[in-house]
Order: sequence, then structure tokens, then C-alpha cells
Amino acid sequence: MTPVEHRFGPYGGQFVPETLMPALAELEAAWLDARADAGFQADLQRLLTEYAGRPTPLYHARRLSEAMGRPVYLKREDLLHTGAHKINNALGQALLAKRMGKTRIIAETGAGQHGVASATACALLGLECIVYMGTEDMRRQQPNVQRMGLLGATVAPVEAGARTLKEAVSAAIRDWVTNVGDTHYIIGSSVGPAPFPALVRDLQRVIGDEARAQVLEQAGRLPERVIACVGGGSNAIGIFVPFVDDPEVQLIGVEAAGEGLDTGRHGAPLTLGGRGGVLHGAYSAIMQDEDGQILEAHSISAGLDYPGTGPQHAHLRDTGRARYEAITDRQALDAFQTVARLEGIIPALESSHAVAWALAAGPSELDVICLSGRGGKDLAEALAALER
Amino acid sequence: MSTGIERIAAAFTATNGRAALMPYLMGGFPDLERSLAVGEAYADGGADLVELGVPFSDPLADGPVIHAAGTQALAAGVTVPQVIELGRALSERLPVILMCYANLVFARGVERFADDLATANVSGLIIPDLPLEEAPGVLAACDAAGIALVPLVAPTTPEDRLARIGAQARGFVYTVSVTGTTGEREGVDAGDLLARVKGHFDVPVALGFGISTPAHVAAAAAAGADGVIVGTRLVRAAAEGEDMRGVVAELAAALDRPGA
Repeated sequence: MTPVEHRFGPYGGQFVPETLMPALAELEAAWLDARADAGFQADLQRLLTEYAGRPTPLYHARRLSEAMGRPVYLKREDLLHTGAHKINNALGQALLAKRMGKTRIIAETGAGQHGVASATACALLGLECIVYMGTEDMRRQQPNVQRMGLLGATVAPVEAGARTLKEAVSAAIRDWVTNVGDTHYIIGSSVGPAPFPALVRDLQRVIGDEARAQVLEQAGRLPERVIACVGGGSNAIGIFVPFVDDPEVQLIGVEAAGEGLDTGRHGAPLTLGGRGGVLHGAYSAIMQDEDGQILEAHSISAGLDYPGTGPQHAHLRDTGRARYEAITDRQALDAFQTVARLEGIIPALESSHAVAWALAAGPSELDVICLSGRGGKDLAEALAALER
Repeated sequence: MSTGIERIAAAFTATNGRAALMPYLMGGFPDLERSLAVGEAYADGGADLVELGVPFSDPLADGPVIHAAGTQALAAGVTVPQVIELGRALSERLPVILMCYANLVFARGVERFADDLATANVSGLIIPDLPLEEAPGVLAACDAAGIALVPLVAPTTPEDRLARIGAQARGFVYTVSVTGTTGEREGVDAGDLLARVKGHFDVPVALGFGISTPAHVAAAAAAGADGVIVGTRLVRAAAEGEDMRGVVAELAAALDRPGA
């Protein structure tokens, strides 16, 4: 049986209070068991197909291709139920929690996409759901707060710090420390203590498994580049992993440069390099000051507004297998408009970062871009920024 | 000169069978000067050791009161070296055990951090987000510097894990009395937990989390704790400007500690 990785090179680990260590061991054992269980996999497959809308299309975007001067394919995770790839992970973990006999689910959310996905999975499976969300994000993403309420979830406001995603994750971990007996924490990205980065990757690699088969079928070849945005990095790790052993395929992770890498107001720990550190239970690339205090990130897209990143990405960077670059708020907004006008698709601001990188990049024989989510949630924020 | 490990052992021995009182202090809260005064009031009020917290941006093991105190200290610009200096000053009165989250230790470099503590006469180090599996490098550095790396155990820790943690405990073991974060609670019911922990540890067993009143302190000692840690209650008292020496003296009296 393939083990669940605790480390990716020097990155990963389990930097959590002792109270949680038995729960992490229990979760790891449950995932090893479920992952190899045909019944569990069939249940998950059925939900992904009949409920969430998998497989998602790989779409040959002809007008974007024309504009970029090369074939460009979009992996359409934006077409999934609830509007983003987050549902792949939420359904898998909720099903796993149910199998473990947990009755209460907690989750964190920034933009609200993972919160909505978790609330949706819990409604479907009859689980209690509490979603931690910073009050600044609640203000910015009011429709998603209302959606979660309608789905029967409780949104727990978080007042600490900048009142955004980092604090929501911390609050969820504190809840888990307190209620670990009956509660499962559905973490929303490929971050956190082991086994979460591996668990979330396993649940998201369906993106890349499908995309690889589809591009071979449709284009008769592998892509020269696979491009995805990286906050915590779950859509990126999901689409990267099935291509890792194809040396001719370049893997490009696109972080948020925010207002500019030199302003300090960004979310680009992988791009900038620097000393690794511990955030939310894992050792990885993080944004920190000289003492090791965690810094606040900034991005116009709430999903990339996070000072840490998944440990497997840090390892892919160090080994040279993937590279990471950053795109500013302004570039992402331009790409947001370009995709809308050329293809009739309004992408999430997160995914717009991946498109923006491709728009600015040099020639390639074929690019696959992960369109991780749809942009309906971003309209107010994006239109306001475009007016400024 | 004695090592930190020896100094902690001596502090527990000096109580002659009475449980040791170990109040917690957030370094740099309400500000550096006043936190030094709080620590000195602990010594004056009858503390046996002091636990000195280092403010951290993302304290996962702490409840709202200690979290807010740390946030305020950071907002006022308190740095890790300043808190270690505070430890040096307090070490003239009491053995100091630093409570510090893992990233602050890694950012400074594990060996350098341990050496800095030894230079400042700090005796021990508690890292609330460094479980057994992640501890070997820090333990080696602390051992080399004579600093006690104090492990934590929790009500959820199973027997085999207690044994493994016990095998590498230094100074004492910090037993978390409840499944949860730091904060005041109604009562203390840790007799079974303490008995379970004591079976696996040669070092003294201290109890913390949720202990706030003199009655709690007495109950913890009666349940078999060799040391009693009081945190949130005292951070709240410091925030509210209470007479810190008086508050600690009441806690000490619950252990029949002759007031200083």
C-alpha cells in the first residue's frame, strides 16, 4: 500500500498541539483504508459524476489560442457544482468523515468557495457544518455567507488579525483541538499537518488525471506547459501530479503578486523564496518577518490571499520540477476581462492569475490552464477595482 | 554553574513534597516594563517557577485571552530577543521556562535559539506545536545547551505515546488538563489523567490549561500534580491591572506555600 506522505523533502510534518496528534493518526489510517476500498471509491465516484458534474470538459479555447498564438486548453473546473474545484475535496472528506463516524464538520473559508462546498457536502450527507470565516471576508463575500446559511451551515465570524483566511484557519484548528472527538476538520487546501496535504492532493488529482487523458485524446499529445494558480495550491497540485512523471511537460504555479512583489503586499511565498517556516501545522514556504511572526498576505482574489502554501509545492519548486511566478492584481483583472470577452467565460479572479501568466508568457506548442473556478463571486470586487 | 535542567529539578525538590506553583506571563504584555513587574510580583507572591510566553502571530493552542494579549504585545513592537532578555531578568528570581511557538524557534535557528536561552539563564523551553515526532532536532540542541525541552501530553494521548514521550522528557511534563485551548473553566477533574501520566514519567508532572482559582490549584495538587500552571486568569488580571502579587499569593496559599 502506498503510504500517506508526511514529508515532501524537508517540507510538511505535523506541527500541532499534542491534543490533535491521535486525531491525525486516526484520519491517516481512515484514509489509507478508504483510499483502497472499492466501495468508498465507487460512492465518491458516483457523487462526483452524478452530483458534482465530473468529468469537466477540457475546452480548446480557440479565440484565446488565436490571441496567444498557440493552442490553449482550459480545464473547466468552473463548471462544477458550487462553481469551483473545491467540491472535489469537500465531497471526499465529508464522505470520509461519515465513514469515520464523525457527526460534526468544521471548515474554514476565505472567498467562501470552500465554505459553500463544505456546506453543500454536509447538507447532502446529513452532517452538522460550522464554517469559520473572517469578518472582513464575510463583508466582501456576503452572497456566499447567505448561501452557506441557506444550506444549513453555521458561519462562525472570526475577528482576529486581519479578519481573513489565515485567521479563519487558526480558528478552525482551535475548534478542532477542543471538539476533536466527534468533529472532522475539512481543510480547504493542500496545506495543514499531515495527512492533509496528501489527502487533499489525492482528492484533487482527478483534475489532472482527466486533463491528461483528455489532452492526449483531443490534441494527440501532451501539453508543453500546465499552468495553475497557487494560494494553498490544491487545484495546482491536483492538475500537476499526474504530469510529474512526464519530463517534457513544464509545470507552472502562479501566485498572487498583489500590488507588486516589492511592496510587501502580495501572496507569493514560493516565488520569493527565502527561509521556510511553520504555519498551520506544516513546514513550507511562508511569508514571515525576521523573528518568525507570520505576515499578512494581500491579493485581490481572496483565495490567493494566504501567507503560506502547500508543502508539496515547496518541494516541487526546490527540486526544479515545477516553477512558480507571480501575477499582480492588475494583470489578473486584465485577464479576467480578456477571457470574458474572447470566450464568454467569466473566470474566478484566482484562475485569472493563471490565464494572465499565459497571456504574458513566451511561445509554447500547447498550454493547458486550470480554470479552477467561476467568477460570479468576484463581480462586485472586480468591477469596483476596474473602476479605480 | 548549574544547567537549566538541574535548576528546574532543584525547584521541584525544594518544595518538599508540596506542589510547585508556576504562573504564566505573556512577555511584553501589557508592555515590556510592566510584564517584568508582573514576573517580579509572581516571585514576591510565592511562585516557584515562571512560565514566560513569547507572543506569536498565530497561537494555535491558545484561547482568546492569551491570544489577544500576544496580539497586543506584537502590535506594540515586542520582539523575541526582548522577551528572552525579560527571561534573563526574571531568572535572577526564579527558574524561567519559555513558552514559544515552533516557528519563532526555527526562524532564529534551533541551535542559536537554545544557546541564546542558555546565555540568558532561561532554564526550559515549551513548544506547544512541536509534538514528539518533530522534536528530535530541537531536543538535541536543547540538550547540548543544558535547556530542558519540556514535552506536553493531553487527555487524548494514548498509553503507548505517553511512554514514548516519557522516554525523552526533560525538566517536567506539561499535562494539558482538558481537550481544548488555554482558558478559564469551571472545575478541574484530572485525577485519572494525572495517574495515567505519572505511570510513564520520571520527571515531575505539572498540570495546566483551565486552572484559575485557588480551589482549582488545591484540587490539582490533591489530584497528584507535582506542579500547577495558571495562565489565562493571570493574563486577564494583568490586563485589568489587578494586584498581581496578591493574586499569586492567594494561589500560593492554596498550596500551603508560605508567602514571601
